[in-house]
Amino acid sequence: MKRRVTIRDHSAEAGLFSRRMLFCAIFVLLAMLGLLANMYHLQVQEHQALQTRSNDNRIKLLPLAPNRGLIYDRNGVLLAENMPVYSLEIVPEEIADMSVLLNDLKPLLSLDEETLNQFREQLKRQRRFAHVTLVDEMNEQQLNIFAANQHRFPGVSIEARLVRHYPYGELFTHALGYVAKINRRDVERLREEEKLANYAATRTIGKLGVERFYEDKLHGEVGYQRVEVNNRGRVIRTVDIEPPKPGQDIYLEIDSRLQRKATELLKGRRGSIIMMDARNGGILTMVSAPSYDPNWFVNGISYKHYQQLLNSSDSPLLNRSTQGGYPPASTVKPMLAILGLEDEIITPTTRIWDPGWFEIKGAKRRYRDWLAWGHGWVNVSKAIIVSCDTFFYDLALKLGIDRISEFMNKFGFGDYTGIDIAEETDAVMPSRGWKRARFNLPWYAGETVSVGIGQSYWTATPMQLTVATGILATGGSHFVPRLLHSSRQQGERVLAAHEEFPPIVLKNPSNWDVVHDAMVEVNNGAEGGARRAFKDTPYISAGKTGTAQVRSLGENEEYNAEEIDERYRDNAMYVGYAPADTPEVVIAIALENTLGGGGSVAAPVARQMLDAYFDRENQPTPSEIDDADD
Amino acid sequence: MQTTEERQRNPWLHRFHIDGPLLFALVCLSLTSLFVVYSASGEDLAMMERQAMRIGLSYLAMLVVAQIPSLTVVRWSAPMYLLGLLLLVAVLVMGEIGKGAQRWLDIGIMTIQPSELMKLAVPMMMAWFIAKQGMPPTFSRILGGLLLITAPTLLIAKQPDLGTSLLIACSGIFVLFLSGLSWRLVAVSVGALSAFAPVLWMFLMHDYQRQRVLTFLNPERDPLGSGYHIIQSKIAIGSGGIEGKGWLQGTQSQLEFLPERHTDFIFAVFSEEFGLMGVSLLLLLYGFVIFRGMIIANRAQDTYGKLLAGSLTLTFFVYVFVNIGMVSGLLPVVGVPLPLISYGGTSMVTLMAGFGLLMAIATHRRLVMRKE
Repeated sequence: MKRRVTIRDHSAEAGLFSRRMLFCAIFVLLAMLGLLANMYHLQVQEHQALQTRSNDNRIKLLPLAPNRGLIYDRNGVLLAENMPVYSLEIVPEEIADMSVLLNDLKPLLSLDEETLNQFREQLKRQRRFAHVTLVDEMNEQQLNIFAANQHRFPGVSIEARLVRHYPYGELFTHALGYVAKINRRDVERLREEEKLANYAATRTIGKLGVERFYEDKLHGEVGYQRVEVNNRGRVIRTVDIEPPKPGQDIYLEIDSRLQRKATELLKGRRGSIIMMDARNGGILTMVSAPSYDPNWFVNGISYKHYQQLLNSSDSPLLNRSTQGGYPPASTVKPMLAILGLEDEIITPTTRIWDPGWFEIKGAKRRYRDWLAWGHGWVNVSKAIIVSCDTFFYDLALKLGIDRISEFMNKFGFGDYTGIDIAEETDAVMPSRGWKRARFNLPWYAGETVSVGIGQSYWTATPMQLTVATGILATGGSHFVPRLLHSSRQQGERVLAAHEEFPPIVLKNPSNWDVVHDAMVEVNNGAEGGARRAFKDTPYISAGKTGTAQVRSLGENEEYNAEEIDERYRDNAMYVGYAPADTPEVVIAIALENTLGGGGSVAAPVARQMLDAYFDRENQPTPSEIDDADD
Repeated sequence: MQTTEERQRNPWLHRFHIDGPLLFALVCLSLTSLFVVYSASGEDLAMMERQAMRIGLSYLAMLVVAQIPSLTVVRWSAPMYLLGLLLLVAVLVMGEIGKGAQRWLDIGIMTIQPSELMKLAVPMMMAWFIAKQGMPPTFSRILGGLLLITAPTLLIAKQPDLGTSLLIACSGIFVLFLSGLSWRLVAVSVGALSAFAPVLWMFLMHDYQRQRVLTFLNPERDPLGSGYHIIQSKIAIGSGGIEGKGWLQGTQSQLEFLPERHTDFIFAVFSEEFGLMGVSLLLLLYGFVIFRGMIIANRAQDTYGKLLAGSLTLTFFVYVFVNIGMVSGLLPVVGVPLPLISYGGTSMVTLMAGFGLLMAIATHRRLVMRKE
């Protein structure tokens, strides 16, 4: 029975099986087409996106830092350079036994336990194929010893990088500034300015002075090395390199010879010396004393050094040339004289009687002249030459604070000079509005009298005084002082543009000459306040001294420099220019708390600076300058 | 008719009971395997040699099995199944001594993997069980068959080896389906299975298996963890494009972004290096093998041969489909290698022994047919 059934059913079973098989065949065909469709989707439709992700997986960009531009003085003397620093790097993957290696290296390079501990900490955090730094800056001895033994240490290598160095130390600090490690605030700023990508490989950034102001010129453009890495980050090969573009080298107007001279003259003092090219605003010298070594900041300043700088009562961090607000004292008398003449409050021949004091009619207070017994009959020229206070008390009162304030603004007082460093204060050119805003008090006439001799609330930076004196020297040209002389772009020197404020145009230009003649007399005349300092100069110079009270004295109080606290002593000021008939340079001196005033202390300093300037024999020859350009 | 034709054309092949077209496709796949394994292993010649040895061994297994007369195969079905079941229980008992997955059984002179034996024993047993009664199966036969499938499936799933247990369950179910299981029952089963899914999820799946399913549903959920495999695999495949990056040039695999690149994920390596063009050819080869298997099943003389050949062929398709589907992100990650291509030994030997059975079915003809 069973056999019969089997035979009978066989064809029916075969038919049933064939139908089921056909169904399966169709199903398999559809399923395979489905797989193929999915592959088409991935390999054709999604290809671009997945290709990108594949490349993102394997291609890593290693940024390459550009070399920072060098900084030279006007004669090609190198002021800021890049020095190679060598670090000892270890690739953990290539080291068989790390503890054996460290035990070998420790006595060889005389490493201390702290260095080793720092390394071990770093080791835990780094990926195996990355370099880990053992010694950040190797000294000469370590370099030599390791170089001789390098063959014993596969996987350990010396890596070089460039670090900013200022060969002259504190000599140029307040002009050059310095670079230091990029901090979080720098990163924020760079991100806002969309420059962060350009700093991908850069460790330091200009923090102060020229280094900061011309950061964009000096930095250059980041380069990239495209490398292929595997899934553990190990570099398999370099795909290509886009070399970094080095920053521009820049040349400053600074003359390092004069800068060194000024630094010597300020040794042991607090103050500032500025010498500016009268013809274009180029700053030949800018020294603020005391100074400090900018190299301290480059690799991160130590706590001890920083506290020392911060807590010093001499404030070495303050750039006195542009941030020091000094009462300008008598140095501004020539500018006030110009205003008096221009507004026809006085004429060149107007005289007043100086009994040694001045008083406002109806008021009790007497304003004393520096010469107790008075200068007698004084016109404007004599008032400048002998620095008569009474004449200018009278003139100031007649001009009124509004007019003085307005006109002195044109000389740049109370405003930024626009010099190409960021460290600058606008100081104070007082006015009614200023006093109301500052103290919420009305202006008093007595204060106008003090303004007449550059005191009261009036303060000016040495840079402002330099610029204002430059306006006198040129008969109205108002240059923006400038440290940058030129920059080298693609091998070519490009001169920096001269910038000017609108000039001061007088209704009667001969008024310039009245003041000019008086200032020449200050240095050369028989009664001139700076005649002793400028005795027998081979050039004719013009100038004006000033002695500023730091602490106001009572009406009957006597000033005796020897007896009072050193910090309350007068400041000695001097402004001037030379040669008198065709001015080349303008000079401004500010010395704090000196024994003696502008004539006896500041003017001799100015004399030495001008002597140095006119000392043609010691100036670099043009050929030296050309050599420096190459 | 067919046999005389074949004997005339390929007397040599016929003497050794070899199906020519099937052999041709299998050799093509094995050669492909050597090239892809060489690339996926990072140009490791030693690995390629081992793979070549395994391929040789598996062809030997195929050749030996192909010589076995069909009747002998039928007779072995039940004993093999019972032996396999016994070994699975043994593995489970020994496995409780050791920790984690236990798939191997150490019988002193060698280690064997009973689940591999069951890949052949289950379809053989099912074909024997159904063919004995005839097609279509009665209800009691269906229940009995399901029992025969469930026992090894659960034992292997418990090891745990989800991939293999799935394949073995499939091989049994295919026999039931091909034997003419009524469509109504098919529909009811599918419905019941979908209802069973939440139960499976809640009570029967291991944590790591649940993770795999979740990751499959959204690989970007954990791009560095469990989603990493599938993301890197899709990147490899997609970045290959139409023409591929070229042999040994696949960056995803050569730079080791692709995990398990010479075993389960070898298809991604192939796709990256040979592109859509290579993939189409590979699918064509697999398709050829499957359709050749279907033809052999259809031409088989008796019900047992038809059911066994059909089940083995369809299970091979499931292998291909599940692996490619998993690697290209259509299916969750299940540990199924790409048949005949992936690096690895035991499963390749079992597969080729299965093809040996196909060839035996195709070439050993009984007198009964001739009479007809």
